[in-house]
Amino acid sequence: MSGTYLGMPSFPEAAKEAVHNVTLRANLRHATHTIRDKRALAVAELADWAELREAGKQIKDHTLRYLDRYLEQLETAVTEAGGTVHWAADAAEANRIVAGLVKATGEREVVKVKSMATQEIGLNEALEAEGISAYETDLAELIVQLGDDRPSHILVPAIHRNRGEIRDIFQDRMGSWGRPAPDGLSDNPTELAEAARLHLREKFLRAKVGISGANFMVAETGTLVVFESEGNGRMCLTLPETLISVVGIEKVVPSWRDLEVFLQTLPRSSTAERMNPYTSMWTGTADADGPQSFHLVLLDNGRTNALADEVGRQALRCIRCSACLNVCPVYERAGGHAYGSVYPGPIGAILSPQLRGIQSEIDASLPYASSLCGACYEVCPVAIDIPEVLVHLREKVADQGGKGHRLEKAAIKAAGWVLDHPAALAAGERAASRTRRLHPRKLPGAGAWTADRELPELPAESFRDWWKRNRT
Amino acid sequence: MRVALFVTCVNDAFYPATGIATVRLLERLGVEVDFPAAQTCCGQPQFNTGYRRETEPLIRRTTRAFEGYEYVVTPSGSCAAMVRDHYPKFGETSLPSRTYELTEFLVDVLGVTDVGAYFPHTVTYHPSCHGLRMLHLGERPRKLLDAVKGLELRELPGAEECCGFGGTFAVKNAEVSAAMGRDKVRNAVSTGADVLCGADNSCLMHIGGILRREAVPMKGVPLRALHIADILASTEEEPYV
Ligand code: SF4
Repeated sequence: MSGTYLGMPSFPEAAKEAVHNVTLRANLRHATHTIRDKRALAVAELADWAELREAGKQIKDHTLRYLDRYLEQLETAVTEAGGTVHWAADAAEANRIVAGLVKATGEREVVKVKSMATQEIGLNEALEAEGISAYETDLAELIVQLGDDRPSHILVPAIHRNRGEIRDIFQDRMGSWGRPAPDGLSDNPTELAEAARLHLREKFLRAKVGISGANFMVAETGTLVVFESEGNGRMCLTLPETLISVVGIEKVVPSWRDLEVFLQTLPRSSTAERMNPYTSMWTGTADADGPQSFHLVLLDNGRTNALADEVGRQALRCIRCSACLNVCPVYERAGGHAYGSVYPGPIGAILSPQLRGIQSEIDASLPYASSLCGACYEVCPVAIDIPEVLVHLREKVADQGGKGHRLEKAAIKAAGWVLDHPAALAAGERAASRTRRLHPRKLPGAGAWTADRELPELPAESFRDWWKRNRT
Repeated sequence: MRVALFVTCVNDAFYPATGIATVRLLERLGVEVDFPAAQTCCGQPQFNTGYRRETEPLIRRTTRAFEGYEYVVTPSGSCAAMVRDHYPKFGETSLPSRTYELTEFLVDVLGVTDVGAYFPHTVTYHPSCHGLRMLHLGERPRKLLDAVKGLELRELPGAEECCGFGGTFAVKNAEVSAAMGRDKVRNAVSTGADVLCGADNSCLMHIGGILRREAVPMKGVPLRALHIADILASTEEEPYV
């Protein structure tokens, strides 16, 4: 994924700052709680939510099982419709393809529709290195880009910023990217939106190349689908002469009929809307209408590795609604940046280690960035059992060993022996009770425990011994 | 009726009072209680931390310890959830269907919601993630508390949010865990209740630990954490002390 995330410290380390940043936590708490409450209402309106969820799960599982077949069908359909399909095994290859396509147009500027896939591969940075400026046109992405910041939420990348911070970013930075912010800009949302509109309009009207991702690709017709809320994406998809779409291979669905399910579940899960405000669909090219040249870059970048894992592959069902982020108590306190990836929150905790492997410090720590409370599984519109995958990935990390895990394994082994010998357990409990005034602070892990909490007082007698005295 | 008590390792070592309360409560309701001494730990901490191989012998031990009992009752939602949801993944299918969390056993098997308890306090109930989302205990604990004489139940704001314990999460991500716990404690204090009650002593160990640490800055707050079994076992003749 993006180079900016390389060398991230482990999750607990990265989360520290956010946990103690009062403003950030308040911003996150307010935003996630507002949207989670709205989502609950929007979902409760549908009597058949459980069936829709199951249908979404089945469609995705079926597609993943026959992924090769559907991708080939998609390629044929896109080609027949006048588009060109490119296959990219990893981020570097995808970036190379896109940069080459842009250069071939002779242009040095592109407008972008908000897309997770292009962020995942660090496309903007790669284009910049080739002398090409990529302009984000989604309002929140624009805030992140202008602020030289990193996104911290899938749907609302600037969720960690409040209005005052956004005003400052607009005022200080818009000028160096294009049309400057109007004088005397306040933090009033309407004024902020107007400033962004004026700034972006200039970009839309000038752009000859647009770059997007896609929420879905329909295999039977070669149609790509983008869901968005602002209409800015539609401008990028229709105004430029060349359109390049970079899409993860797992985004394909077999038929139009399948969209019916996600048209209902995606907006309700993500923005709590009954219907998505702007749904754009395009199939290849059409004479004298929209982009005259269309390229689809199909991105693997670790996805076939995830697909090979029987438990972990369910993460590829994800439709990036971000509902799991909004209910996650860990995300709410740690913030999106701590996950060291463009995919934060519960889905990030299972997706990043699968796409990137578990060798780095951050990726080895992500499967533990959860209390396994299960709230994410409950809201996920495609029923990804995130806790199950987390535990599965923990097994891999523990197996791999390394920092911290050798000691842990030894402790677990020792405890395992005691727990397999009840007499030894009872003796240990008795010894602990007898000396209980002396050592509670020396229990393993006690340091991390007692930094913020008291340890329980050890009782004078274990239950086991009480039973022996009173009931036998 | 004869049942096996699965007291759980946390209760055995740290909260024997909850085990004793469970025994008294069940006996008061006419249930004969056994404590198979071969039991130790259900394997949840090992399993959740990623030590699958080390979990297997504990699953076999636990299953063997409770062989022959029609009902196995435990005052721990998370251990019941471990047995119920994860044992089948290891090929153990008999124990899960016979294992009941305490409030589930009282309401579903014994068919009682009024257990004749007396507990003259204001109480707020924290449902705990495993009880809530894996066992789907729903209204059972609240119904039991509602029927307790002298008890006033207060709704806990953000009740469904995790308290931040999460087993080894409490140590591996201590700062986030404590931040979650502090929010839980703040919500509980806002109810004005004097007891925060739950069905899982591991969550209560974490919440109680924070409560005692925060008790200094929150001077005068009488709130304490207590297992639901301790409340349900309390009677006018033998009140909880
Ligand atoms: S994992 Fe589920 S809830 Fe989370 S973003 Fe993906 S689809 Fe949405």
